[in-house]
Amino acid sequence: MGTSRYIQRMVNIAQASESHARAVAIEVRDLVVIRGRNRVLDSLSVDVPEGSVTGLLGPSGCGKTTLIRSIVGVQIVESGTVQVLGEPAGSASLRERVGYVTQSSSVYPDLTVAQNLHFFAAIAGADSAAIAGALDNVGLGDTADSLTGNLSGGERTRVSIAASLLADPDIYLLDEPTVGLDPVLRRDLWQLFANLATGGKTLLVSSHVMDEAGRCDRVLLMRKGRLIADATPDELRAQTGEDDLEKAFLILAERPAT
Amino acid sequence: MSVTRTLATARRVLQQLSHDRRSIALMVLMPSVLLVIFKYVYYDNPMVFDRIGPQMLGLFPFIIMFLITSITMVRERTSGTLERLLTTPLRRVELILGYALAFAMAALVQSLVSSAVAIWLLDLTVRTPWVIVLFAVLDALLGTALGLLMSAFATTEFQAVQFMPLVIIPQILLCGLLTPRDQMVDVLRWISNVLPLSYATDAFNEATVKVGFTEDMWTDAAVVGGYMLAAITLASMTLRRRTP
Repeated sequence: MGTSRYIQRMVNIAQASESHARAVAIEVRDLVVIRGRNRVLDSLSVDVPEGSVTGLLGPSGCGKTTLIRSIVGVQIVESGTVQVLGEPAGSASLRERVGYVTQSSSVYPDLTVAQNLHFFAAIAGADSAAIAGALDNVGLGDTADSLTGNLSGGERTRVSIAASLLADPDIYLLDEPTVGLDPVLRRDLWQLFANLATGGKTLLVSSHVMDEAGRCDRVLLMRKGRLIADATPDELRAQTGEDDLEKAFLILAERPAT
Repeated sequence: MSVTRTLATARRVLQQLSHDRRSIALMVLMPSVLLVIFKYVYYDNPMVFDRIGPQMLGLFPFIIMFLITSITMVRERTSGTLERLLTTPLRRVELILGYALAFAMAALVQSLVSSAVAIWLLDLTVRTPWVIVLFAVLDALLGTALGLLMSAFATTEFQAVQFMPLVIIPQILLCGLLTPRDQMVDVLRWISNVLPLSYATDAFNEATVKVGFTEDMWTDAAVVGGYMLAAITLASMTLRRRTP
């Protein structure tokens, strides 16, 4: 089991290093988002390759959630374009193909886990037989009858992820899904993300914990509404001469803007 | 429009309610308790209970569904579930109809219980009881529609509750419950003529004295239904996909 996962992961990384040859799933061009007087996103352009795990990293408040919301198509944008699978973000046809897991677990606390998942399965037109599998995938197999509101924050987030798995979208946009999870669960979730990518899904996963960057095929580093790096973890290490990605981020963040 | 998604929404709303046993008990029993109190407050003057009792049967579902809907919708907005739902294939009309269906069913149970108590236990004279139940459900749907609409203007549950005095109490004062509408001064009667609850109240008055579904009741139902549709249409426009 462990070995096959390792091999799968290696294949994944090898594939990702050819990512320039891959189709682009998400294309963001000159995106500007203004909230109040803040330029939350400042002329941001980025491509997210298909069939890979792309990490969106940066400190709290740097615009990660705003970028994800723009890709989902729920953010009012000032200017710029966002294309998802060749269509403008937020198009009706994308609603079946894009799964969005918000930062706060957007499931109903006053329903049981199973009731939540039955509801989201019905909305997505999914078979409710998939529910047990989705729960196993996020390690919540034995909580089906618990009231969601009685679970811990990390468990609620995983219910939220399971709900998006049911819809089986082509693109997953996951906003800080691993916050507050213990290391074992974090490792398992990143493994799940890698497996999904191996199956051809595109994942954009945000996090403010730099050591999670190492688990991504590609890393986008953000700071103050701008992209300061777009590279594989190895390229980041090579560019900065730092093995530790946290230190690499510091070097990149303090570099004068080009 | 998908019936499956509408029914799934209705089922979800009822399941949420079913986990809150105390709310169910309050919803089903409270109107009956209040009717009993009302009956004995005017024990020496049974005419008052006979006139106002039927109208109260319509008021409870209206007020309660308005409150429940506006608070639930504010919760959906602030918890992020609404934003999530709007990114799924679920359409706005399916969401709203799902809510309306769930609360109509809750109102039906509530009004069956309180009508039964009023008619059999408290000897309220009603010529056409099923009209009372029908209009109680219509009132509940009106309350749901107005609650959906008003929830767009509330950013917290605290604000949502305070819309009740703004939207509901003027309608109660002017609907003919306290004073028959034709005895009001002109200005108040004109205002009362454009408020939906006035028509619902008229229907309750009719049902106590007349047999069957009269022509006036059709008018009342049409006005209440029209307001309901208008409020629901406006409410669906406030469910914006894109927010700042």
